[in-house]
Amino acid sequence: MSGRVLVIEDEPNITEAISFILSRDGWDVACHADGATALEVIRETAPDLLILDVMLPGQSGYDILRELRAAPATRDLPVLVLTARSQQPDRDLAARLGASRFMSKPFSNADIRAAVREMVQA
Amino acid sequence: MLPFNLLVLACLAYVIILFLVAFVVERRADGGRIPWLNSPLIYTLSLSIYCTAWTFYGAVGYAARSGLEFMTIYLGPTLIFVGWWWVLRKLVRIAKTQRVTSIADMLSSRYGKSNLIGVIVTLLAVAGTTPYIALQLQSISLSFAVFAAEEGPAGWSRPDLDATAIWAAAGLALFTILFGTRNLDANEQHQGIVTAIAVEAVVKLVALLAVGIFVVWGMAGSAGAILERIEAAPGPDWALQPSRWAGLTFLSAAAILALPRMFQVMVVENADERHLATASWAFPLYLFLMSLFVMPIAVMGLDTLPEGANPDLFVLTLPLSQEAGGLALLAFLGGFSASTSMVIVAAIALSTMVSNHIVTPLRLALRPAQGRGGGDLRRFVLRTRRIAIAGVLALGYAYYSVTGGSEALASIGLIAFAGVAQVLPALLGGIFWRGGTRAGAAAGLSTGFAIWLYALFLPSFGPDAVFSARLLAEGPAGLDWLRPQALFGTGGMDPLLHALFWSLSLNTAVFCAGSLLSFPDPVERVQGAQFVGVFDLQAGTRGWSRSAAEAEDLLVMAQRILGHAEAQEFFRAEAAAQGKATFLPDTTPDFLERLERRLAGSVGAATAHAMIVQIVGGSLVSVQDLMAVASEAAQIIEYSSQLEAKSEELERTARKLREANEMLTRLSVQKDAFLSQISHELRTPMTSIRAFSEILKDADAVGGADQVKYAGIIQDEAIRLTVLLDDLLDLSVLESGRVQLSLQTERLERLIGRALLASNSIAPERAFIIDRDQSTEQIEVTTDTGRLAQVLINILSNARKYCDAAEPRITIRARRSGRMVEVDVVDNGSGIPEDQQAMIFEKFARLSDQAQAGGAGLGLAICREIMEKLGGSITYLPGQGGAAFRLRFVRVLETGEAGGGAGGAVA
Repeated sequence: MSGRVLVIEDEPNITEAISFILSRDGWDVACHADGATALEVIRETAPDLLILDVMLPGQSGYDILRELRAAPATRDLPVLVLTARSQQPDRDLAARLGASRFMSKPFSNADIRAAVREMVQA
Repeated sequence: MLPFNLLVLACLAYVIILFLVAFVVERRADGGRIPWLNSPLIYTLSLSIYCTAWTFYGAVGYAARSGLEFMTIYLGPTLIFVGWWWVLRKLVRIAKTQRVTSIADMLSSRYGKSNLIGVIVTLLAVAGTTPYIALQLQSISLSFAVFAAEEGPAGWSRPDLDATAIWAAAGLALFTILFGTRNLDANEQHQGIVTAIAVEAVVKLVALLAVGIFVVWGMAGSAGAILERIEAAPGPDWALQPSRWAGLTFLSAAAILALPRMFQVMVVENADERHLATASWAFPLYLFLMSLFVMPIAVMGLDTLPEGANPDLFVLTLPLSQEAGGLALLAFLGGFSASTSMVIVAAIALSTMVSNHIVTPLRLALRPAQGRGGGDLRRFVLRTRRIAIAGVLALGYAYYSVTGGSEALASIGLIAFAGVAQVLPALLGGIFWRGGTRAGAAAGLSTGFAIWLYALFLPSFGPDAVFSARLLAEGPAGLDWLRPQALFGTGGMDPLLHALFWSLSLNTAVFCAGSLLSFPDPVERVQGAQFVGVFDLQAGTRGWSRSAAEAEDLLVMAQRILGHAEAQEFFRAEAAAQGKATFLPDTTPDFLERLERRLAGSVGAATAHAMIVQIVGGSLVSVQDLMAVASEAAQIIEYSSQLEAKSEELERTARKLREANEMLTRLSVQKDAFLSQISHELRTPMTSIRAFSEILKDADAVGGADQVKYAGIIQDEAIRLTVLLDDLLDLSVLESGRVQLSLQTERLERLIGRALLASNSIAPERAFIIDRDQSTEQIEVTTDTGRLAQVLINILSNARKYCDAAEPRITIRARRSGRMVEVDVVDNGSGIPEDQQAMIFEKFARLSDQAQAGGAGLGLAICREIMEKLGGSITYLPGQGGAAFRLRFVRVLETGEAGGGAGGAVA
């Protein structure tokens, strides 16, 4: 497996865990913690897949997702929304905004590995 | 030759036949309905009382003197019946809805049930009808005299003529009394009399036609021959005078509407409104037939009878001159019919007016107790009417005696017409103009009446009879413009037209002006609306307000007027309609309204209203009614203001409920947000824990160094979870108000020292400069020192976590302020952005840019709760260079003084 995965997540421990898991599978993992500058980083990094937290400092994950879908370059970028908010309304909102997949915290490592794999292949 | 005695006998026989007709019809009508009695034919024939002796005899005389002008007398009614029958229909409809008994009652009822109007119209009718009755008496006695003169030189002298008139008057009075006052309810309709009149109408017509045919074909020989005679014999005054034609046609049209006897047969005795449709063509036809042979008879009379023969008697004298005794007798009976029918109906109509509008109100006013208690009013009213009938005929006789029969029949008739025509403005104004008022009607009627008396009636007695010749010629006191027959300098006019013009035009003007200037009372308004809009309204408007009228009293009164059986039947029907099985219905406004109408049929609207008012309470009609209406209105206003107050209260309650609901919704939203927040805060460390424990579980993949590191992360996150749970529980306890404070006394210096020591564990690698002035900290505080220390530790820990200065420094200052103590903790970092200062004490208000420093964001919320429990507060001090907090608390906290209320407010 190869490809660039960008993780936008403000909890350092979680970032580290995801980074570890996906790196081990051969993904090229980059991390960023600030919502406000996230879009810039995404454009620069041009990842194959984006893992996006919702509750971010500066700008929320939903806002970022909306802007990604509005821009032609990132319209089809696979985005995995990963959030501690797991209620149905949150899932619905994520789907409406164009999330490719929704996953709630805490997650199983196996699930996230499988999800990333599937999404990049698809 | 016809023996005089035979004539008297024939007369008596004729009267007896009429009497029998009337009697039989009355009996049969009592027993059940006789279909043909209610036919339009009888109705039309009864209208023929318009054709009195004046028409029967007088028209020929009129034609002999003035040519075709007599036609105007037929033209007016014909125009009304053909062109204005809808006016008649409206009159009939109104009379039926209002149970009108006479023309005086009609106007009185229209103008607010005013008896004043009733009195004026009654006087006018009596004054206008008296000459007319005199005319009939005159014609009867003259016609007798014709036969007497025929009998021989020993014929009648003048006193005999008078005697005949007296006998005629007395006989007619008797006949009228017998049939006209058999029933009290004028509106019950005198079927017997009406039928007798119809018979007389036929006799009249047959007689006149027979004489006409005799004259044309018997005497002249053919229709052509008589036409030649007419062509050849115009008298000196036969020229057409357009102004007189117009005036007389108008006058006779007015008379057919306003004559009391015409109103009686046309409106009061009308059984079915639809009969008018038949009468609208049949009555003009009758008039046409009556007028057909007038001109031939007149011309033949002038041609063949000796000079000086009275043209008014040509109808009789022509057959007599030809020795046609039988025909003469028929003509005599025809004239007799014309006279008697008019007198009978006029006497009934007048007596009803006199008793209803003058005598009964007078009696009620003079002896009010009679309206309520003993005495048989029914008998009283009947007696009054009988006396009135006799009185009316006596007046007629008196007029006849005074004028001495000197006037030609037609001119007497015209004088009477002009008198009753004064009713016209008020009548037509009343049924077509809502604005007509009682004041206007009274003023107009009086004006017209006065001018008629002054300019026409009184001068008609001749010079020096009532007015002196000098007054007639020069005006009263030499005032030329007030000359009776040349008012306002209009000399040279025909006296009749002159009087008609001035009386009617001033009458109308005064009526209109008076109506516009005066203000109608409520009863007038109601009646006005009912009269003018009679075809629109079917149900009667409420004239009565509810009151404590005794149904029993009403029954007693009604029995005296309607008779026992009828009154009881009426009351039982009304009670039954209300669902009661007694004779006494509730005195609802509806019932009183109907009772009033019923009584009005007997005694007139104004009297009926007054009688009911006497029982229902109060002697004043409109004031009482108005008071009741006003108090009802006041009650409604009161009630509606109560409703308003209630609805305001309801609205307030609803608003409170709405507010409470909004608050609950807000709280619920807050709770949801809080739970969602907690969920997030718990899931975040759990995510790390789960991820790393899964990594560690897969032992091969992780190097030794990483293993230690990851285990450390798991440990930190577990601690973070624990702290979070502790904080949550702490906050929950504080917010619920169940917290137990443990008060201890300690020096502030020592307490701050402990807190500094405890907070040192946070970011121990950073060297903070602690700036404190221990001299200010020498304050003994008695409070929950553990909690206070917790707050200080929290704030100091935050400072250590978030102060971003290169050389971090924390300044601590304490001071006493009255019974309070203040402690300021200020660092030299960048502080809290202004837009977030307001929310830092809220739960989970983690500052976004410093999130990496960890912490669940419950710390400051807990601090706030604690400081409130300690009777103080925690506030952020802006503009201090860095993050600056001020703690205030009660220095010596008493047990129970703790700010439980403040704690409760947060929950």
